Amino acid sequence: MKRRPAPHTTRLPRKGRLVITVNGKKRSYAGPAFKRLIDVLREDFGLTGTKEGCGEGECGACTVLLDGLPVASCIIPVSQVSGRKVETVESLANRSLSPLQRSFMEEAAAQCGICTPGILLTAWSWVKAGGSADRDAIRRHLSGNLCRCTGYQSIVDAVVKTIKKRGGR
Amino acid sequence: MRGHPRSMKVLRPVDADEAVRLFSQHPLALPLAGGTDLMVSWNMGLLNDKTVLDLSEIRGWTGVKKTAAGLSVGSLATHAELRDHPEVRRSFPLLAQACAEVGSVQIQNRGTIGGNLANASPAGDTFPALAVYEARVRTVSKHGRRVLPILDLFAGVKKTVLAQNELIEAVDLPFLPSRPDRQVFRKVGTRAAQAISKAAAAGLLWLGKGGVVKELRFSLGSVAPTVRRAKTAEAFLAGRKPTRRAVEEAAELLAGDISPIDDFRSTAEYRLAVCRNILRSFLGAPPSGLP
Repeated sequence: MKRRPAPHTTRLPRKGRLVITVNGKKRSYAGPAFKRLIDVLREDFGLTGTKEGCGEGECGACTVLLDGLPVASCIIPVSQVSGRKVETVESLANRSLSPLQRSFMEEAAAQCGICTPGILLTAWSWVKAGGSADRDAIRRHLSGNLCRCTGYQSIVDAVVKTIKKRGGR
Repeated sequence: MRGHPRSMKVLRPVDADEAVRLFSQHPLALPLAGGTDLMVSWNMGLLNDKTVLDLSEIRGWTGVKKTAAGLSVGSLATHAELRDHPEVRRSFPLLAQACAEVGSVQIQNRGTIGGNLANASPAGDTFPALAVYEARVRTVSKHGRRVLPILDLFAGVKKTVLAQNELIEAVDLPFLPSRPDRQVFRKVGTRAAQAISKAAAAGLLWLGKGGVVKELRFSLGSVAPTVRRAKTAEAFLAGRKPTRRAVEEAAELLAGDISPIDDFRSTAEYRLAVCRNILRSFLGAPPSGLP
């Protein structure tokens, strides 16, 4: 059988070069294949909104959306996202802040802020999938994102507020 | 110390044949699937200058297929896929539940069943569920293919019986002969998310005429070097009514089926007590405190 690349990947002719759709734009990357996604986003693409916390996939600070699902970008080699879609916190605001980000401000759902980009993306994955305003369900979905400042109440409040504003319940 | 990307060589096979060929050519390569464990070690700088065999593009190893005999779960199926899969939820709910309690959403979206198995952590949360479902692990190597009962896969803490060039292709789940009368999955840890289990248990119970135990399958994780079926307790209860006395005796027998240890997460005493209480409550008997 003839070898062909898996349909979800884009193999470019030039060796070691890969293309990733980041925040809706195709970006090409030519560095080492085993560089971590977070480092490629921050160093190669200049998207410093993504923060590194623990560096071991435990705290959720580095969360980005990969094909729409929250993942820890500190434990993904960039070669594994070749041909796929990545969304970072920079994708949320379109000239002005998104309703979710506004709710976070209104509810004071951030203090030091290092966990905020990751929490926004995990929360956004819940909201955009039509997740309910049930506080326990929101907490479960966000349980891989640690925040040592807020105590989480205001974060859950902000997510509930966003869902209600969108007509959800 | 950190991981140095330039020191790494990455191989990306797209099918099983290519994976086996590359693995034979690079016998020291580290198989990589979702990376939720390997990348943690790599970030600590423990795996520099290595070759990685990235299996994530092998399409034939993804997804869940239904056959007449059961489900065949590709080794690259993620915990999130299994958590949400309607047929897994219907026929193998304890596995779906275990997958929903692994790590966090971020980990469930990346971690694979094959990686979880190959990693062979004593605290692998899917293993008790796979053990009561009597899952079979299908592997491939340059010597061909073979099928292993799940309990035969593990050789010890973080050790499997897999040969150096052998890879997990799929996990087969045979449909149960009939719907169990009772089932349980319990993970006991410091916190539901991210905490590694102190103990985990899965149980299936079929009752016969007069409330007699027709069959009990009870499996425990994190309380021995590998996942265990509570064979003596299961055998003791088979054919008996689960009276309070019979359950107490079975709970006593659990001590011989597992070998919990004291470590930084818990104590042997607590682990045994908690396993006994899960068995007790599963069989309708009251729990008991520490002796």
